[in-house]
Amino acid sequence: MTTLPVTEVAAEAPAFSSVVWVSVCRFDDLVPERGAAALLPGPDSPGGHVQVALVRLLDGRVLAVDNHDPFSGANVLSRGIVGWRTVDGRPVPTLSSPLHKQVFSLETGTCLDTAGKAPLGGSGDLRTYPVRVVHDGQDDAGGLVQVGLPGDAR
Amino acid sequence: MPGSDPARDTPQHLVVVGGGMVAHRLVEALRDRDTDGTWDVTVLAEEPRAPYDRVALTSYFTGRDPEDLALGDAALWADPRVRLLRGEAVVGIDREARTVSTAAGRTFAYDHLVLATGSNAAVPPIPGNDLPGVFVYRTIDDVAALRGWVEEQRARWDRPVRGAVIGGGLLGLEAAGALQHLGAQPTIIQFGSHLMSAQVDLGGGHALQRLIQGLGLAVRCDTATSRIRANRRGTAGRLDFADGGRLDVDVVVLATGVRPRDELGRAAGLEVAARGGVVVDDACRTADPHVSAVGEVACIQGACIGLVAPGYAMAEIVVDRLLGGSAAFPGADTATKLKLAGVDVASFGDAFGRTEGSLEVVWADPVGGVYKKLVLADDARTLLGGVLVGDASAYTALRPMLGRELPGDPAAFLLPEGDPAAGGGLANLALPDDANVCSCNNVSAGTVRAAVTEHACTDVAAVKACTRAGTTCGSCLPLVKKLVTTELERAGVTVSNALCEHFDLSRAQLYDAVRVAGLTSFTDVLGRFGTDGASRGCDICKPVVVSILSTLAPAHVLDGERATLQDTNDHLMANMQKDGTYSVVPRMPGGEVTPEGLIVIGEIARDYGLYTKLTGGQRIDMFGARMEQLPDIWRRLVDAGFESGQAYGKSVRMVKSCVGSTWCRYGVQDSVGMAVRLELRYRGLRSPHKIKLGVSGCARECAEARSKDVGIIATEKGWNVYVGGNGGFTPRHARLLAEDLDDDALIRTVDRFLMYYVRTADRLQRTAPWVDDVEGGLDGVRAVVVEDSLGIGADLDAQMALHVGSYEDEWRATLEDPDKLRRFASFVNAPDTADPSLAYVAERGQVRPASPDERDHAVPEPVLVAGPSLEVRR
Repeated sequence: MTTLPVTEVAAEAPAFSSVVWVSVCRFDDLVPERGAAALLPGPDSPGGHVQVALVRLLDGRVLAVDNHDPFSGANVLSRGIVGWRTVDGRPVPTLSSPLHKQVFSLETGTCLDTAGKAPLGGSGDLRTYPVRVVHDGQDDAGGLVQVGLPGDAR
Repeated sequence: MPGSDPARDTPQHLVVVGGGMVAHRLVEALRDRDTDGTWDVTVLAEEPRAPYDRVALTSYFTGRDPEDLALGDAALWADPRVRLLRGEAVVGIDREARTVSTAAGRTFAYDHLVLATGSNAAVPPIPGNDLPGVFVYRTIDDVAALRGWVEEQRARWDRPVRGAVIGGGLLGLEAAGALQHLGAQPTIIQFGSHLMSAQVDLGGGHALQRLIQGLGLAVRCDTATSRIRANRRGTAGRLDFADGGRLDVDVVVLATGVRPRDELGRAAGLEVAARGGVVVDDACRTADPHVSAVGEVACIQGACIGLVAPGYAMAEIVVDRLLGGSAAFPGADTATKLKLAGVDVASFGDAFGRTEGSLEVVWADPVGGVYKKLVLADDARTLLGGVLVGDASAYTALRPMLGRELPGDPAAFLLPEGDPAAGGGLANLALPDDANVCSCNNVSAGTVRAAVTEHACTDVAAVKACTRAGTTCGSCLPLVKKLVTTELERAGVTVSNALCEHFDLSRAQLYDAVRVAGLTSFTDVLGRFGTDGASRGCDICKPVVVSILSTLAPAHVLDGERATLQDTNDHLMANMQKDGTYSVVPRMPGGEVTPEGLIVIGEIARDYGLYTKLTGGQRIDMFGARMEQLPDIWRRLVDAGFESGQAYGKSVRMVKSCVGSTWCRYGVQDSVGMAVRLELRYRGLRSPHKIKLGVSGCARECAEARSKDVGIIATEKGWNVYVGGNGGFTPRHARLLAEDLDDDALIRTVDRFLMYYVRTADRLQRTAPWVDDVEGGLDGVRAVVVEDSLGIGADLDAQMALHVGSYEDEWRATLEDPDKLRRFASFVNAPDTADPSLAYVAERGQVRPASPDERDHAVPEPVLVAGPSLEVRR
């Protein structure tokens, strides 16, 4: 890859001290308002993988959260319904678990509705990941989607 | 009354003799009000079951089960302070020792005793009244025996069973209706000059007779039965009348009245009235301060009253007195309403105009079969009573006005609704707070209003639970609903039935809106009816809208924008399981499968390592398929002739059937053939919740069709249709919608029922609660679906025709479209890689997901059996 114009599309700044950008797919591979899972290297994760749920919104933003559902333990969040909820008077994009319908903020990972259930462990919130779209040519299918993983993990 | 000393440490003991409706109310009221626990209560019931709704006994014929007649909350009988002994007949009272003894030889001590023994059916002294084939009509057992006899007779004869009901009162008419329901042809024999002569005047009686005859029931008035003769088999075979006439019969029901069961009181030396009944004062006490009597056995204010509402009032009075109160019997409300399908009769107050100086306003329409009369005081304004035959819709609103001045012209209350001359008489009726709305439970208009204003009830269901109004006979529910709605409007409470923050409309309203506006996409629906055109919906409204669009503008589930709206099950056309894999259910219409089909399924399950289990819907479920495997699995299924079973959708699932007349020696119709026809017709129909159907080939009901949303049971003449059966959290048996339909009428009826449900049910509302919610309940559904009272029948038919005509197997269509197949990629950057976290263990020769414990403690790796890397591809 050569030097490229970069569009930062994540709303939040990365939470990691250093970031390694991993290329995932073409922007056009993502269907608007429907999630997709990505299998990424995660040396510290069980099995050496981390699963991320990517969501492309109609406005072109791409957001990424854990694919792992903290309430069921299954890797399914990318298959939930993308929606919107008003939080503090502002519409927030959300993802709902396809198993038991918990609703998470795609911007912060916060669980907005536990659907009356307790998470298997932890807070019940999701981790978010920074995403950027890198343009590498004239006909680049909307650009290359990259997800930022913690750089200090490797 | 003794026992009102709350300072006592040990509770006193109340014994109730009898386990009928009034006994139930007494115990319920006691447990409700005796918060200090001053009384324990033992109920000694002769019948082998808990108290049940005897008023609704006839509905036992029309599809309800004995358990549907159960009264109130069953938890009452689990209360540690309440003991219900069934089949425990009391045979003696020892007032000295304050004990009662039972037929089983047991003795129970009491501090206070309540006689609630009710009545027996009175058997008139007609020779032959003890022949086999002669029945009374009083208990569930009576009704069950009658039903058994009629069914036996039906099997015996090629002709219709001939029945006679002796007695043309309320009970006799109900019994005649029940006989007709069982397929018999009944004749009603009335000694008096007209039907229901105790409640209805001559004019009303004549109108009633025309209506009854219009139902196909024969009526003979002014007729005394002198003898019931036996036929050659020694069972009831003929009635001889005093006027020389005779009538051949196969079954006779005696419905000439009831006699109080006062024998216990009589034997114990309590005063008994000349015409029967244990004499009590206005506090329901006998001369013995430790003994009370309530209900039909009590002779209060000089009469025994065979109606439930005064019995309830007596039960409340006894409880009040036991707890130290001073309630007294206010006099009986003898208002009655006939419970016979197709005949509307009500009588209330001074129906015969016996009050001195009273005036009568009569409106009669002999052609329409309507007779209405109001009895007014000499001021021509104050309502004293009335008779309504043929159209009793004014009953619920008028009855609470008894003893009050009617606003406006009294005649206005008798004119048909919608008649401009009526001036909206009923609609303008403002009930005073103390007007009694529900006489069964003695609930006033003020109490209903207070439920809304003070107890924050926001719908009829909450008001029912809060006040008990409408929980017994239900006839006042329209009035309760009106009161609640008015009160809510007055309080400025807008009852929100908004779907979610994106739509202010309910699902049913949105359905209508989308239909009328002719919209075909979510974006358009959101733009037109959404609260905020900029917002893009959520996990609540998206599946609702796509379901609505699927029946209004059919298209593939994954077409364009629609794919983004689907729940994962509909998106991947499979059922997500707990570990994120899916189960696969191919359609097997009517539960039929060929050997070749079974082999293909077996091979697929073996090749992909799928756990295989039979479903409750007569098909085969294969579990553990990963999303990226689904297209390959389905390609093999479709090649073998299978299609999607829609087991994943809020949609029609399947039609269960018994084997029917083609193989079964009992079957009377081809149930499998019909099940297949129905399943192929309704497959893929999206609905507010899942829908299951069942078809049984005879009354033995091996398909358990009455546990289905639509249950069809074969009769000799065709098909009976039952609706609103649900399993799940709140199981319900389906209730009879229509009878003896031929194939085409059956399909039209089911078409309309399903489409009416699809149009008007709430989100995730199954058919049983939906039927309850439809205005008029099951009768209301019947009016729309069978009688087309809204005139939408053709519209519903057309909509179903659109569904049937546009059906395609959504899996086959998906396999033909590379764009759609891309949705089955497990990972956008590794489309064919299995989710590495899946782990399985072996159990009973198949796989199941590993438990968290098994994952954590497996060394070094979870036990993987037939896991992601082990499948064999063809």
